Amino acid sequence: MESRSINYRNQESPLKGIDWPTVIIYILLVVAGAVSIYAASYDFDNASIFDYSEYSGKQLTWIGLSFILGLGLLLIDARMYETYAYPIYVAVMLLLLVTIFIAPNIKGSHSWIVLGPMSIQPAEFAKFATALALAKLFSGYNFNLNASTGNYMKALAIIFLPVGLILAQNETGSALVYLGLFFVLYREGMSGLILMSALLAITIFVISVKYTETMIVGIPSGQFTVYLIVMVTMVTMLAMYSKVADVARNVALGFVGCGLVIWILELCGVDVPGKYVLPGMIAAACLYCLFETLRLRVTKITAAIGAAIIAVGFMFSVNYVFTSVLKPHQQMRIKVALGIEDDILKAGYNVNQSKIAIGSGGFAGKGFLKGTQTKLKYVPEQHTDFIFCTIGEEEGFIGTSLTMMLFVILILRVIVIAERQPTTFGRVFAYCVASYFIVHFCINIGMVIGLCPVIGIPLPFFSYGGSSLWGFTFLLFILLRIDASRRSHH
Amino acid sequence: MRKDYRLEKRKYVIGGFLLFIALIYLIRLFDLQINDSKYKTYADNNAFLNKTVYPSRGLIYDRNGELIVYNQPAYDVMMIPRDVQAFDTLDFCHTLNITREQFDTRLHDMKRTPGYSTYTPQVLITHLSAEDYGRLQEKLYRYPGFFIQKRILRQYKHKTAANVLGNIREVSQTDIERDPYYQRGDYCGDLGIEKSYDEYLRGHKGAEVLIRDAHGRIQGRYQDGALDVAPISGRNLKLSIDLGLQQYAESLMVNKIGAVVAIQPKTGEILAMVSSPTYDPTLLVGRQRGREYRNLVNNPYKPLFDRSLMAAYPPGSTFKPGQGLILLQEGIINTNTAYPCSHGFISGGLRVGCHGHGSPIPLKPALQTSCNAYFCWGFKALVDKRSKYGTPADAFEIWKHHLVSMGYGYKLGVDMPSESRGFLPNAPYYNKRYGEGRWSANTIISVSIGQGEICATPLQIANVCATIANRGWFITPHVVKEIQDTVMPDIYSEKRFPTIDSRWYDEVAEGMRMAVTGGTCRLTNLPDIQVAGKTGTAQNPHGRDHSAFMGFAPYDDPEIAVCVYVENAGFGATFGVPIGSLVIEKYLKGEIAPERKYLEQRMLESNTIIYSGVKKH
Repeated sequence: MESRSINYRNQESPLKGIDWPTVIIYILLVVAGAVSIYAASYDFDNASIFDYSEYSGKQLTWIGLSFILGLGLLLIDARMYETYAYPIYVAVMLLLLVTIFIAPNIKGSHSWIVLGPMSIQPAEFAKFATALALAKLFSGYNFNLNASTGNYMKALAIIFLPVGLILAQNETGSALVYLGLFFVLYREGMSGLILMSALLAITIFVISVKYTETMIVGIPSGQFTVYLIVMVTMVTMLAMYSKVADVARNVALGFVGCGLVIWILELCGVDVPGKYVLPGMIAAACLYCLFETLRLRVTKITAAIGAAIIAVGFMFSVNYVFTSVLKPHQQMRIKVALGIEDDILKAGYNVNQSKIAIGSGGFAGKGFLKGTQTKLKYVPEQHTDFIFCTIGEEEGFIGTSLTMMLFVILILRVIVIAERQPTTFGRVFAYCVASYFIVHFCINIGMVIGLCPVIGIPLPFFSYGGSSLWGFTFLLFILLRIDASRRSHH
Repeated sequence: MRKDYRLEKRKYVIGGFLLFIALIYLIRLFDLQINDSKYKTYADNNAFLNKTVYPSRGLIYDRNGELIVYNQPAYDVMMIPRDVQAFDTLDFCHTLNITREQFDTRLHDMKRTPGYSTYTPQVLITHLSAEDYGRLQEKLYRYPGFFIQKRILRQYKHKTAANVLGNIREVSQTDIERDPYYQRGDYCGDLGIEKSYDEYLRGHKGAEVLIRDAHGRIQGRYQDGALDVAPISGRNLKLSIDLGLQQYAESLMVNKIGAVVAIQPKTGEILAMVSSPTYDPTLLVGRQRGREYRNLVNNPYKPLFDRSLMAAYPPGSTFKPGQGLILLQEGIINTNTAYPCSHGFISGGLRVGCHGHGSPIPLKPALQTSCNAYFCWGFKALVDKRSKYGTPADAFEIWKHHLVSMGYGYKLGVDMPSESRGFLPNAPYYNKRYGEGRWSANTIISVSIGQGEICATPLQIANVCATIANRGWFITPHVVKEIQDTVMPDIYSEKRFPTIDSRWYDEVAEGMRMAVTGGTCRLTNLPDIQVAGKTGTAQNPHGRDHSAFMGFAPYDDPEIAVCVYVENAGFGATFGVPIGSLVIEKYLKGEIAPERKYLEQRMLESNTIIYSGVKKH
């Protein structure tokens, strides 16, 4: 058959059909990463970049090996991955399990297997294994996520097995990464409401706990923001989900009108009791929606009402639990974990110093190897989790925005690749890759610039460490291999 | 496989989520890196330690190059509160030899001082002993946030001339506001030339920019010290003071209240400037300064009050040579004009007493005998000469104008702080007191003999003496002869001419010479030095008369002009003259002749402080 002959030819030349943009971005990121590690670990009396005793020297070795690894991965037949997805998954899960027991205690976590001079973190390799298993599950004949609860359970089992094992290793950050796979479930048919309510719940929790200092119309700005989010959500749901455009419009107009009145009253110096007015506005909107539900007989409108009530209730219960049930030291711990409280001397020290490092970079940065924050070790973990600081300090806004751009382009490219996959296996795997990158990108950079809680996960290709680099290389090059062979399926 | 286009659209949601987060992060980065410049400052505060390097303060020598004031290092314990981490407080206190309570009190006080900041170095303990310094230095690595600041303290080779030298103290808030050079914890001159020449003595502070890592360890100099500024040492001063003469004069003034000022007439250089009682300048060095300073302030004899230039005394008869000059200049008298003296000046029911001598006498014998009547008559002739001046008030203003030109009534401009201007009444003063046109010479006759309202500082009196010695000019008196690498201001080399023709000075000088050879100042009649002088006995309404003397020598080529003023010591001849003559002899001969040793002994041993009326507490 013709297609088979093409396939053979492809096998002869593994580089044919490779998505070069991805490779180029990969190389750019890896090189930029090596340079950053050199800068981050550079000392005033430091030796050469190739010195093996230094982080940069070791990282160069890892990079060299990862190029070989990438090439090796390209040589393997794409179908091998699909065929051996489950055995690989099972093998890696066993490795994770073994790790819990044989790994030495390094800063409280048991996630590193020490092999002579080097250490390996199996959790990084569990990423691609889990992605393969998930892709394999979805590529099953006529598999439909929404067809049965059992399908959901299978998918969730594949995701949560590594999460559980990694949590058992005390590597909370790495475990959290797997929650990004919900993007994959969403793409494959999971209701958007679940994704949205999860995101909403997280947002409401963080906002209402975090912003309690400044007051707007007599209520904390966090609460105020939550009310705004609830209003926007209601309107969006009415328009997009319930498909009742005129109801959405009326509710929106009502909110905007009330908002204008409140704003004008505030300008005139009247103290609007936001404590009653804002919930009142939402309650009024709910009553109106209820009326429309009965009039138009569109039951989907009730979803918007329910969402609003649940969201507001959630906010109040969060506040209640946080302020009345939790003890002050527990509150403190959560606040510090969320980066709310500036516990500058203890937990908040890293974030504070990393903000200083990035902020002091200015527009163009202090220049390569000229960063004082990083050179003088003010930022702990600056060559690993806080590597972004070095870029921010030495290369400035130009460096940080370019780096972010490279990541965004890479992830968008992966999504493009995902969508052009002829097989579900390829698509799901690609989305898994994209999800991992999104989570790492969002959490790592968000933590370094003080927007996210400090969750110790590396910035792909930049943070020092062979396991992380290899883990992402596995993900990307398996994807490239699968993508390169996609034409054989036509 | 069939593509589900409904689900494919979800790529936009996922991509959109990513772009949304990226946008938020971009805005945040923009805010951190471009909008907000405080992080740059924070980073610099983290990384750079701006360490002040204090210059050594200028040394002070006497006119013969003898070192008087030099520096000794002192060590202050500084802390940057923000950088201080938990440490073993007890061990720290033990090392510094202080109690825990002292430490806590000091910390508490420090936090309450204005300008306290947790980011800048604060002075914790000043003037560590070398021993404590050594001990702390070894352990300092255990106390991040603390460091030792080397400072300069003054040390005195001779415990003399405290009033001239002054001392240094830690700057106050007002000093910091007045002069941007100063920072908290700096030292500035207080009193004496330490204050008036502070700008020369202090030099220029240097700075070192050090790089400090996260643990507070110094990693080296930033850019190999390219931004460092080396301190520039303060300029050395060479005083015009003759250390030996100063010490000698001080010893003569022991147990007396008053002042001695000796000026080299040709140059205006002050050779000795004694204020008595004086104090040991070393008391005001180091940690006990505050306590000692308070003691000096509370001392009933006010040793911090520099009587040589701050005390305004009635000049008494030392005023008469100046009077003679004015009368001659105004043509009221000539060299032969004689006035009668019938044991005093008697006019219109007014009597100013005098002592027994021939009558009538002209100017020179009048100076010789210090005749009160002569100068009263002369003053009356001037003030009441309506044909020439119109009213007594106008005449008085002319009289006053001459005195001002001699240096009375205004600050002379000596290079010392807090000079007093003395007091010279003017016509409006008397108009106010007696009514316009209701006063004449008789009303105010006592000013003619240096009593009444007239007040002058010993420095002003010495300066008038130097003017007579120079026969008509003086140079603004000053205590600093040379500033290293700097030219002294012109005012200390320019001649100033009073409004008296130079031909009249010889008349007055001769009268003063006669006072020595055969008048009131016979005790200063040295065998081989021609001294000219004038005694003064200033009536003191509060107690015993003040004893004063002014004189210069040698008569033809004066090398020294002296004013001695001893409070409550009686006649000018009893204390003023002997002390003055001994100072002159010491300066010109280097030693006291054996036959005059008894005089020296008497002055060294005598005590007039008991007459001061000050109850010792």
